[in-house]
Amino acid sequence: MSVRHALLALLSEGPKYGLQLRQEFEERTGDVWPLNVGQVYTTLQRLERDGVVESDDTDDTGPQKCFRITDAGEEELAEWLRTPPDLTAPPRDELVIKVLVSTRLRGVDVHEVIQLHRRYIVELMQQWTSLKEDEGEFDLNLALVVDAELFRLDSVVHWLDAADGRLKRAALEPVGPAATRPRLRRRLAVRR
Amino acid sequence: MSFLELRQVSKVYGQGPTEVHALSDIDLSVEASSLVAVMGPSGSGKSTLLTIAGSLEEPTSGEVLVGGAALSGLSRNDKARLRRRTIGYVFQEFNLLAGLTAVENVSLPLELDGVSARKARLAGMAVLEELALADRASRYPDELSGGERQRVAIARALIGGRQLLLADEPSGALDQANGEGVMRMLLAACKRGVAAVVVTHDAKLASWADRVVFLRDGRIVDQTNPPPSAESLVQSAPQP
Repeated sequence: MSVRHALLALLSEGPKYGLQLRQEFEERTGDVWPLNVGQVYTTLQRLERDGVVESDDTDDTGPQKCFRITDAGEEELAEWLRTPPDLTAPPRDELVIKVLVSTRLRGVDVHEVIQLHRRYIVELMQQWTSLKEDEGEFDLNLALVVDAELFRLDSVVHWLDAADGRLKRAALEPVGPAATRPRLRRRLAVRR
Repeated sequence: MSFLELRQVSKVYGQGPTEVHALSDIDLSVEASSLVAVMGPSGSGKSTLLTIAGSLEEPTSGEVLVGGAALSGLSRNDKARLRRRTIGYVFQEFNLLAGLTAVENVSLPLELDGVSARKARLAGMAVLEELALADRASRYPDELSGGERQRVAIARALIGGRQLLLADEPSGALDQANGEGVMRMLLAACKRGVAAVVVTHDAKLASWADRVVFLRDGRIVDQTNPPPSAESLVQSAPQP
């Protein structure tokens, strides 16, 4: 999540104070992402240095300082909205690594490890769903953020289910010797 | 008190070398006013568990209790009456009768139970109104959207104050918004005292339940813990 561009988006609606920016950021994300005030001012300083926002001509860095977006800022914001986040390279996902390691370790049941994570994620999803049921009706931003989180967690459960099934089948039909297999690394490297 | 209880339930299909253990030693209890989801991949025994809980099939061993009464002690007629009066079923394919209107579909279980057509229709309208479907009462199933059809099917499952609701992938064929609508209805029924079991492979759907039970190869391997407060979520949310 880019705090930089979220602040630019808020400033594109009109000039705002630092504290006001923090409060509006939290409201717009359904109060799900708390932001500390230090983070707001550090980011604003960088934005000002880069010429994408400007402030009243004072040395005061306190809450009374008002910030405005510049033309360069508007351009940067428009470009950011349309730039897809980098999803091409496979991320070093901690859960994937845990499952991979579990398949190798003696005395570790990989299916048990998978189930433990599956349960934890479903418990999280239960909490998100009940939060959305309780408050989502009154807060559209919250409902949107919670949906995103539910879809993300759901995809992790899907992967765990698929891994569970794949490992079960693989245990029944062992694969051939390593030398005959194509190297995965080479194929993935093409996408980096 | 639990309204549905499965004690050491096992189900074996076939014999000898072709024997398949669909369920093994299942212990499950579902309280009134609670929604339990049973999650597992296809072939894990989910649907068998539901048909046995609903007395549509008998376990090879073990006992099923509905409302405190052991199904094994009931005659065929008693079981049929239990299914008509106490248990409501919801399936993925809705299973509405094409030749009947929505309200006729909904009131059919009461008519089959000997309630007069007029009274059954009134009860049917009452449930449809409760589920905000009154304006669809005289439509035929093919004149309804998928979401509406499933809501009518749930109305049929709830009519006559049924206390146990058994649902097999109830939002499986629906989009996100309609699937949520279906789960919201099931949850509302539970708040009014119904005990409900939903079997599904879908974690988003299961996440509506008070408790999620995980089924693998016919065995219950795990279940979720009671959820902590929503406060902990905000603290654990990914930082921007």
